[in-house]
Amino acid sequence: MVDRVRATDETINLIQKLEKKHGPLLFHQSGGCCDGSSPMCFPKDEFRVGKSDIYLGDIGGAPFYIAKDQYEYWKHTQLIIDVVKGRGGMFSVEGPEGVRFLLRSRVFTEEEREELQLSAT
Amino acid sequence: MHYAKPGTANAIVDFDSHYDNFIGGEWVAPADGEYFDNVSPVDGQVFTKIARSKEADVSRALDAGHEAKAAWAATSVADRSRILNKIADRMEENLETLAVAETWDNGKPVREALAADIPNAIDHFRYFASVIRAQEGGVSQIDEDTVAYHFHEPLGVTGQIIPWNFPLLMMSWKVAPALAAGNCTVLKPAEQTPASINIWLELVHDLLPPGVLNVVQGFGLEAGKPLAQSDKVDKVAFTGETTTGRMIMQYASENIIPVTLELGGKSPNIFFADVMDKDDGFLDKAIEGFVMFALNNGEVCTCPSRALIDESIYDEFMDRALKKVKEIKGGDPLDTNTMIGAQASEEQLEKIISYFDIAEQEGAEVVTGGNRKKYEGEQAEGYYVEPTIFKGNNKMRVFQEEIFGPVVSVTTFKDNDEALEIANDTLYGLGAGVWSRNINTAYRFGRAIQAGRVWTNCFHEYPAHAAFGGYKKSGIGRENHLMMLDHYQQTKNLLVSYSEEPQGLF
Repeated sequence: MVDRVRATDETINLIQKLEKKHGPLLFHQSGGCCDGSSPMCFPKDEFRVGKSDIYLGDIGGAPFYIAKDQYEYWKHTQLIIDVVKGRGGMFSVEGPEGVRFLLRSRVFTEEEREELQLSAT
Repeated sequence: MHYAKPGTANAIVDFDSHYDNFIGGEWVAPADGEYFDNVSPVDGQVFTKIARSKEADVSRALDAGHEAKAAWAATSVADRSRILNKIADRMEENLETLAVAETWDNGKPVREALAADIPNAIDHFRYFASVIRAQEGGVSQIDEDTVAYHFHEPLGVTGQIIPWNFPLLMMSWKVAPALAAGNCTVLKPAEQTPASINIWLELVHDLLPPGVLNVVQGFGLEAGKPLAQSDKVDKVAFTGETTTGRMIMQYASENIIPVTLELGGKSPNIFFADVMDKDDGFLDKAIEGFVMFALNNGEVCTCPSRALIDESIYDEFMDRALKKVKEIKGGDPLDTNTMIGAQASEEQLEKIISYFDIAEQEGAEVVTGGNRKKYEGEQAEGYYVEPTIFKGNNKMRVFQEEIFGPVVSVTTFKDNDEALEIANDTLYGLGAGVWSRNINTAYRFGRAIQAGRVWTNCFHEYPAHAAFGGYKKSGIGRENHLMMLDHYQQTKNLLVSYSEEPQGLF
């Protein structure tokens, strides 16, 4: 089945490096101002995932979540998590490394959309 | 006019080689002695180093606040007000210095820092210096013998985490009301823009008693998180994005303290057909209102980043708007003729470009722009983007996410019902704009849009005397206006009986 979220090789390497420092990780896709639209990465037991979230898949062994209402607006696209040089990211664990996870996206093909809809029902 | 680059001959401002934290009225080196490089987005070069604080530094700052809080709370409102006014006066005397420092730190055009950021920041200190003196408690007569007295009391020591888009203005939005209300505060500037606040502190630090205002610099993970998480904080105020907003609420729930959150938006800017009824000043103003998407390089929580235009005027309106957009002068942010400067960080630049990519994939039409902008010379390594207009529909991702760049996504509507449906079809509700010559249309739309601020026949004005804050996922609480003092005060009720008779129950 087509992945709703995937990661570049560089991202997977970074996740492995960060896991050595911080233990098991999870991602939560942010929205809104400033660092909005950035994927945030936290120690797994630090961020409380709730009923309002949806699980999209694992990247580098870390589960990736997004708020359900945000997913409704984003679901026609595949989320591709990349790494760029940068600063910030609030409490996301990669900030001090001088890099940021960055979201890239790809619009699903018709076939992929059908496949995802089928699997959703 | 062109201001000299900081640190060169004739510069109005020079940055030190490094900056420490400001704790307990003194410059204090970070406990573990680490600093990080601070880059100017104007030229992409390192220009100073900033304290890379950790939990120990945050804790020290909070302790300084707690030591100072009793005396500051007991300081008369007249005296607190006088100090805030003096801060405003110092800022006004040094307006150009602060504006240039802000531009170098953030990349924004100095034209805007001079005309908007710094004057507005000054006014916030004056506004809260005023309203705190006019604020009244309450006296309620419950019955002939019983009176309820209501007093405003400060919360104690607040933690404030501010963003990088308006470093000094966001400082004033948070610091002025907190201090006016009698709180001490620990402020964590954004690590992308940590420099200009040091120039400000050098100007005003002698005016405040030690420990009332503390500034701890560093990365979000290392300094911001321990501040939000500390059991020594009595309230947290945050401007940023939704996931971190949730995290801050989660931490606050552990300590049972209040939070205020401003988490951004995707503001619709709605142009009704009657704006084109006449070719006059009002139409020029409406066109300028459209172009406001480029203010502050588009790095504004309330950027009018979705333009909704009545389909009957679309072609004519866009002709005019496009001409105006093409007149936006980009380039050296230190030149007062420059209208669009550098994006605040490299990551921000990458993010904007990633949206150009998704816009293309989703089939949005590029009306203008859509590329990184490269300059020769001093700005060659800076982070610049062309003002960009996409045309598409509200289901596209560029209509649903805050890009935080000089990018507007335009669509049309057939009638008022469709306009309202599109306007409210978003997760957010911070700002909105309504443009109409018909007061009834403007009023009804203003009330029906689910957003905290509806600019009506104007946009991007931020007077201290008007409440600002979000509906829906745009956050909790308000900033500006007298009412925001509520977010920085406790209510003390004394319920007093003047009866000398027992109640007769026992």
